[in-house]
Amino acid sequence: MIANYGYKDGSGEYYISMNTDKCDGCGDCVTACPAGVLEMIVNDYDEKVAAVTDAHRKKIKYSCAPCKPVQGRPVLPCIAACQPQVIQHSW
Amino acid sequence: MAQEFWRWKEYNWRDPEESWNKAKMLTAGVDVGSVSTQAAVMADGQLCAFASMRTGSDSPDSARKAMDWALRETGLTLDRIRYVIGTGYGRVNVPFAHRTITEIACHARGANFMYGPNVRTVLDMGGQDCKAIRCDEKGKVSAFLMNDKCAAGTGRGMEVFADLLSVPLEQIGDLSYEVDQEPQPVSSTCVVFAKTEAVGLLRKGWPKNNVLAAYCSAMAHRVYTLLERLGVEGDFGITGGIAKNSGVVKRLEKELNLKALTPRYDPQIAGAVGAALFAHTLAQKEATA
Repeated sequence: MIANYGYKDGSGEYYISMNTDKCDGCGDCVTACPAGVLEMIVNDYDEKVAAVTDAHRKKIKYSCAPCKPVQGRPVLPCIAACQPQVIQHSW
Repeated sequence: MAQEFWRWKEYNWRDPEESWNKAKMLTAGVDVGSVSTQAAVMADGQLCAFASMRTGSDSPDSARKAMDWALRETGLTLDRIRYVIGTGYGRVNVPFAHRTITEIACHARGANFMYGPNVRTVLDMGGQDCKAIRCDEKGKVSAFLMNDKCAAGTGRGMEVFADLLSVPLEQIGDLSYEVDQEPQPVSSTCVVFAKTEAVGLLRKGWPKNNVLAAYCSAMAHRVYTLLERLGVEGDFGITGGIAKNSGVVKRLEKELNLKALTPRYDPQIAGAVGAALFAHTLAQKEATA
């Protein structure tokens, strides 16, 4: 399942996409995220997968901003931590 | 009392063949949404009764009322129902539910039941949010995109416009086509700003129908961008209250260049139906375990 968390507003589209078919449920991304945006959940089909927390879903533009400097952007910690390449950011 | 134009019809339905009498297993789903609450009862995986009503200020109470109403004329009681699943925005507020499942999974499953196994893209246009869902032939979600940050493109927005223009909600679709020429869509998608814009248009002398058309096409375009992001694959079905509004549906069909399927039942109950189907599967699993 491609789970898209986030929103679109006047300033752009902000989505974190999780390919849950690839997610092995290790939880490395959860510890890697300095803003606590991610969590492990058991989804509707009883799979343990990573997801964006309810509290951050409507403000990820701001929650993720510290990891996204305008210049010299390093690989995001969540993406770097994820071996199976589950996570994608749209912005 | 003045007429409440936004008020839509609350009703219940039961299978005239009373299929619940010979059913081996009864399951139910309750979809407590932000605006409406539905309860659906299924006998061995076939719909046998449902009720659709407004969510009040007390969600547990709304869930109970909807369930009671669905069961009222069937002579059944809640303890006859083997498994109940709560879904929707207020799913944690269904006191008699055995489990909760998100409305995304339930709408996909419900759409699969209502539109048949060929449905691949489901658009749920609810009271307070809008979701684009892709699913497989079993109704399992393969991708989803939710837009719940604001109420643009939702049933609540339609209610606001019904009230503003004194047009009963059910007539908006037809009236929005009684225009000489399709007007420019309103530029704001935010319900509050769109209302401000509509008031301005009315003051300029626009007839009601044109304002309705402008709002319906703005809403259609808004949900179109949501679908476009997720990618649309046929067949395509719409669930939720707005699915009954031809003003939005036909304009969306035109933009997508794709016809929406016709549902077997009221598309507004898709979430509750999906929940009841999940309940059926889970109860069967429990019985064999």
